[in-house]
Amino acid sequence: LPWAKPKTKRAKRFLDNRAPKLTENVKNAMIMKGGNTSMTVTQALKDIYALKKPSAVLYKKKNITRPFEDSTSLEFFSKKTDSSLFLFGSHNKKRPNNLIFGRLFDFHVLDMIELGIEKYNSLSDIKSSKCPEGTKPMLVFAGDAFDHENEHKCLKSLLTDFFRGPVVPSVRLAGLEHVLHFTALEGKIYMRSYRSLLKKSGCRTPRIELEEIGPSFDFILRRTHLASDDLYKTAHKQPKALKPKKKKNISHDTFGTKFGRLHMQKQDLAKLQTRKMKGLRKRRGPAAAAVVAGETSLKTTEVE
Amino acid sequence: MAACSIEDLLAKAEQDEAEKLKSITVQKELDLEFDIGNLVAYDKNRIDIRQFREQKKEDFLRSLARDNTQLLVNEIWKHPTERVEEVIVVKLPEPTTPLPREKPPPKPRPPTKWEEFAKLKGIQKKKKTNLVWDDVAKNELHRLRNIARAQKIKVPGVGLTPTAQQSKTDLARAVNVAKSSTASAGKFQDRLPKEKAPRNTGKKRKFQPVIGNFSNEKQRQLDLLKVLDSKKPRLDVNKAVNKQMREDDREESAAKFKKGGKKGRKGGNFSGKGKGGGGKGKGRAGGKGQGPPSGKKGAGKPGKR
Repeated sequence: LPWAKPKTKRAKRFLDNRAPKLTENVKNAMIMKGGNTSMTVTQALKDIYALKKPSAVLYKKKNITRPFEDSTSLEFFSKKTDSSLFLFGSHNKKRPNNLIFGRLFDFHVLDMIELGIEKYNSLSDIKSSKCPEGTKPMLVFAGDAFDHENEHKCLKSLLTDFFRGPVVPSVRLAGLEHVLHFTALEGKIYMRSYRSLLKKSGCRTPRIELEEIGPSFDFILRRTHLASDDLYKTAHKQPKALKPKKKKNISHDTFGTKFGRLHMQKQDLAKLQTRKMKGLRKRRGPAAAAVVAGETSLKTTEVE
Repeated sequence: MAACSIEDLLAKAEQDEAEKLKSITVQKELDLEFDIGNLVAYDKNRIDIRQFREQKKEDFLRSLARDNTQLLVNEIWKHPTERVEEVIVVKLPEPTTPLPREKPPPKPRPPTKWEEFAKLKGIQKKKKTNLVWDDVAKNELHRLRNIARAQKIKVPGVGLTPTAQQSKTDLARAVNVAKSSTASAGKFQDRLPKEKAPRNTGKKRKFQPVIGNFSNEKQRQLDLLKVLDSKKPRLDVNKAVNKQMREDDREESAAKFKKGGKKGRKGGNFSGKGKGGGGKGKGRAGGKGQGPPSGKKGAGKPGKR
């Protein structure tokens, strides 16, 4: 560890928050600019920062690095701000209006995908009332490319990781306002952001009407840097403690019926309690025997 | 007749249902895949490029988005809901898409020195129950308070009243207080075999031994005679007068406070500064000391020192 042991409780809490945990914190994103940027890129970075607030940091200064060649400065920043997602915007003649989305595992670059902005409408261009900051968005990925192409699959995972927000056990139904829709079509990826209005329908589930709030991007896929399969495997490994504890002795069949096994002790069949028949009860003395005989004959007639 | 109308009714009911659901049903070739834990929907249907080009791009995308969002919302609404503080909330399942972690899973920490020691000794962690007012002690305290109020004496402090559970410190304190509440302030109390002698207790007045230092005794007797002989008063008149004035002021302000307190506390605050008034009196008395009180008060004062 490069730093000394914490001396105050507050410092200790701070470091424990950043230490590896079973259930992790929300992934923080660092949004930064490259050596040269255009108006489009700076505005785009600001808009995405607005979407990702409060778990994002927007750097104002330019960083003269090239993520695809050298990732040391990215890793340094990630250690400083405890961020595992990054968005690097740059602009040059060869790659105009370039955005690089990426993520890190254990403060080393895991994967990154370069997207070029072909068309862009910012939040301020689209005049409408916006969603409150920090709403958990609904994400939709449309187009079969997201299922067939490797790079698109990786992009899908990256975008989900980037925009999903904190993982919560429950969500307020009225708070499902924000929708981010990604469409993969003809080599391009269209990102649109809508505000969903829940209208009355005849039944419990509401009818959805959408109103575009922006920002809206038309991306084209440029370079990618994916990690090796081994690294992906290590990164996806979940600690055993998180797996739900399996209750022994309970099984389900195909219909969903729950089965369990009851274990009983050995039973003495002679002393097993069946229906009580008063006549069969043991009586004392010879008179009793006669009575028993009489009664049993009676019983047999009854049964018939 | 009746049979026909029943059939008609059923048909009508079905129609009504269909009408109701019309607004939320969406026709799709392939069903969408959902990950409700993350609020994500995956639409794998092929997109009709011709339609995309014919229509305005934005309208096409918007209608596609609307349909997909409707399906996602339908799926979300299928999950159980509950009411939390006037808000209806839907309980989300665990997320299903595998996403990479931020950091590797935590390594088990090596046990600390204490943990090792505890394991060795077989010490288990005992949870400390929160302190609750003990009914026996409460009754006892109230009873003693009533007695005190009736007889106008003070109640002994907390810890000296008998309670059900008394800690070591409480018992020790009670013992010490009991020991020193004798005429000789605990100096001649019997002690247990290994108990140490109490320090700082015992009488605070020291007497000289009867037969001891003869020259010392002689000196002390002669000094006493000298004091008796001198004409100068042993009393510092200034000091005595100041003290008296201070006391008077204190009594005055205490009386005012009491009066003020009975009428209304707020008013009393201004005049109620008993201690402040006393402080002022100290400074004031310097000038007044030389005046009339010397004769009378001097005579009345020698007892108090």
